[in-house]
Amino acid sequence: MSDTASDVARPSPLREFWFYFRENRGAVIGLWIFGVFAFLALFGPWIAPHDATAQFRDATLQPPFWQEGGNWTFPLGTDPLGRDMLSRLIVGARFSFFVGVVVVSIAASGGILMGLVAGFAPKWVDTIIMRIMDVILAFPSLLLALVLVAILGPSLTNAMIAIAIVLQPHYVRLTRASVLSELQKDYVTSAKVVGAGLPRLMFVTVLPNCLAPIIVQAALSFSTAILDAAALGFLGMGAQPPTPEWGTMLAEAREFILRAWWVVTLPGLAILVTVLAINLMGDGLRDALDPKLKRS
Amino acid sequence: MLNYVLIRLLTFVPTFVGVTLISFGFIRLLPGDPIIVMAGERGLTDERYAELEAQFGFDRPIFVQFWEYLTGVLQGDLGNSFVTKRPVWDEFFALFPATLELSICAMFFAVVLGLPAGVIAAVNRGKFYDRALMSTALIGYSMPIFWWALLLIIVFSGNLQWTPVSGRIDLIYYFPDPTGFMLIDSLRSGQSGAFTSAVRHLVLPTIVLGTIPLAVIARQTRSAMLEVLGEDYIRTARAKGLTSGRINGVHALRNALIPVITVIGLSVGTLLAGAILTETIFSWPGIGKWMVDSIFRRDYPVVQGGLLLIAVAVMIVNLTVDMLYGVINPKIRKR
Amino acid sequence: MSLLRIRNLSVAFSTASGAFQAVDAVDFDVDPGEILAIVGESGSGKSVSMLALMGLLPWTATVTADEITFDGKDLLRIDKNARRRIVGNDLAMIFQEPMSALNPCFTVGWQVKESLRYHLGLDRAAQHRRAIELFEQVGIPDPEKRLTAFPHQMSGGMNQRVMIAMAISCKPKLLIADEPTTALDVTIQAQILDLLADLRNETGMGLVLITHDMGVVAETAERVSVQYAGQKIEEQPVGPLFNKPHHPYTAALLDALPERAIERLLPTIPGVVPGQFDRPTGCLFSPRCKFADATCKTTPPATAGTDLGNVRCHYPLNTGEGIAS
Repeated sequence: MSDTASDVARPSPLREFWFYFRENRGAVIGLWIFGVFAFLALFGPWIAPHDATAQFRDATLQPPFWQEGGNWTFPLGTDPLGRDMLSRLIVGARFSFFVGVVVVSIAASGGILMGLVAGFAPKWVDTIIMRIMDVILAFPSLLLALVLVAILGPSLTNAMIAIAIVLQPHYVRLTRASVLSELQKDYVTSAKVVGAGLPRLMFVTVLPNCLAPIIVQAALSFSTAILDAAALGFLGMGAQPPTPEWGTMLAEAREFILRAWWVVTLPGLAILVTVLAINLMGDGLRDALDPKLKRS
Repeated sequence: MLNYVLIRLLTFVPTFVGVTLISFGFIRLLPGDPIIVMAGERGLTDERYAELEAQFGFDRPIFVQFWEYLTGVLQGDLGNSFVTKRPVWDEFFALFPATLELSICAMFFAVVLGLPAGVIAAVNRGKFYDRALMSTALIGYSMPIFWWALLLIIVFSGNLQWTPVSGRIDLIYYFPDPTGFMLIDSLRSGQSGAFTSAVRHLVLPTIVLGTIPLAVIARQTRSAMLEVLGEDYIRTARAKGLTSGRINGVHALRNALIPVITVIGLSVGTLLAGAILTETIFSWPGIGKWMVDSIFRRDYPVVQGGLLLIAVAVMIVNLTVDMLYGVINPKIRKR
Repeated sequence: MSLLRIRNLSVAFSTASGAFQAVDAVDFDVDPGEILAIVGESGSGKSVSMLALMGLLPWTATVTADEITFDGKDLLRIDKNARRRIVGNDLAMIFQEPMSALNPCFTVGWQVKESLRYHLGLDRAAQHRRAIELFEQVGIPDPEKRLTAFPHQMSGGMNQRVMIAMAISCKPKLLIADEPTTALDVTIQAQILDLLADLRNETGMGLVLITHDMGVVAETAERVSVQYAGQKIEEQPVGPLFNKPHHPYTAALLDALPERAIERLLPTIPGVVPGQFDRPTGCLFSPRCKFADATCKTTPPATAGTDLGNVRCHYPLNTGEGIAS
């Protein structure tokens, strides 16, 4: 045997992933914006120029600095109660980020676990789990979340729990479908033959190969969670005033649509930009992880 | 095919029971004693409490209660609204046409614009039209729709004054014996300007409600088309020397439509969720607004019954979509 | 006058880790009515060359050649519309997996009639008649009934016959068959190959048969072109190729045939075809060749003349000057 091979090494999986991800400029921009968002979420209160709940009674409904009547003390203007919009928006990032992280963690871990069980368990367990998921999925998501919050009481925490419950069936279905198709494959049979126990089979052998669609779903759920939490806040069922959650801010601002556009436009814009960034990342993740779209 | 239909129908039953169970359990999950909650703030004497308990059957074992609820539901008895005292069933069907009309218009809007957008994007993959259309779609479903509604209201109702802000039709119009569908009623009545008014009231809510389904359909169509375009039989079609128009529009699209139709059908659930927000903002007198108002008014029979009816409606649509899928996919239609 | 002339064809794919040379400067000649077999392992680039000819490669591929002439027309510089009139008409191709190569949403009859409608402009009745005729020609029993069947309702062998019917519907001058029998049972294989040979005899069309199975080559081919790792390493008429192979690779392939086994253990060729990341300097076959020496490992061999079958080897076998293998 000769070793005169020319030296082009096989790239590692992480590097290959980054090659495809990086190609998608939108995804990279999304990543940057998300980074800013996470940064604001972590360090918001220290960055914000003013306290988010402090009311400046003599400066209510001030327009942003580029309009007449605005000034640099309150760069993006103030709301009807005289609170600084910029500070509220920055601190609001924290709540949205928190919602996203918590909801996705709960929904994903619960969902993946149930999906694994449904895939590996005997048929009757699988059927019961899937019927329960069907029942949850029969309700429009926002409606169910709304009713759940009505039962539990309106607050951000309860909104998060409600949204997590509503999003869970997607993970269960996804994981179960992946598990079922992986179980057909030869590498699982060989692991069983070698004597792998059930927990090992589930978590070490099969689960890593199901992760790609789950990761993409997680990105999607993050943005859905933020939107749903904002919707609940808008309806008055989520975070309660004076919490500067972006959706709640929109609810308070509704009557000022025509008088003070910045109180309405800016929080919604914040939601849009954040969710857009996450969706861009999610798209990039999906394109980079999907083997069918690869070129080599 | 028969097998397929039977299995689908069979899974409908346990799901229906599950849904009924949840809506039954709902009122019992409320913190506090359901009877006191139902009675509201007026307070109760002990006798009245016992009366209500017997009336609603809370003194009987839970299984019996559920059974009675289930049988009641199957006969259309979902209790009466605390606020209007009318049967929940009647109220639902009185308000349903408004939501149905809006949903149909929104879906039509979404499909007519979304399908071609997805096809064009897939065919021009990576080039300008693809990027432009998909960016727009992405923004479309990243927006909070209540904010989108407010923006549209600011621009079209506030600044341009082209569209009204709320309701289904100008108040000056009245239709005796309505079908509930404003577009039909206004045409039938022949009153001048009625139809235009109905349309003008429909425009913004349709756009708002249809935006997310539009974005989703565009993206899914693109994705399905791309997947199909990579299949062997497309290569065979190219090897036959056919034009790209024919390959894309006939050979590929026909196959791509199969998963897309499923997506369209499943969007109905999203549509109802979106209807809640849209109807609230535009004061559109439909099911969504009814549910939100009832939750705030603590009108629990309505919330319970409405939840059940909406879930069943979604299930019926999903079942229909499943059946439709079985028909259009030749692999299932002909075994 | 040759039907197909290809000179110096190269195809490169752009991938995550740089360009991959799938086909490296190959030449082909096919005379009217001739059966040429292109043999090679997976990864030898045999399908890619023909896909490049038909214009069926994805956008990541770059095709370069000195000449591609079919039936007197320059396919290299031809415009898209003119190409489409030839492809599927005078130049046809059938593929490996018949089950997935037919559109699942349309009946087989519809798919066959489409070519007739599009290239020949026949009317409905004529399409129907011709479709039945074609089905009979390819040996599909009960043709009229089969026209309304969907691909998934028929077996692999039947689907392949449908594909062949579709391909010959416009009486092509050249039919390219890309591993037409690989996905089929052995008994059906023989039938399909016989069918292709019969069609050649009946219609005088040329046939390019791409395969990795030397048995198929022996049965059906008239001339053989052997490809390895994207290069053509030998080309001879089938008899001389089997009797006196010039390239060590061809010899090794022939040695591995069970029919030629001398001992109990079948000889194999150690190693694998080089991929993107381990292309050897020098002769591409040198890592696996039992005759390789230092020259082989450092210098790429030149192509010999036609008398030696255009072999790419520093030390070709069976040159008549000595005995090897």
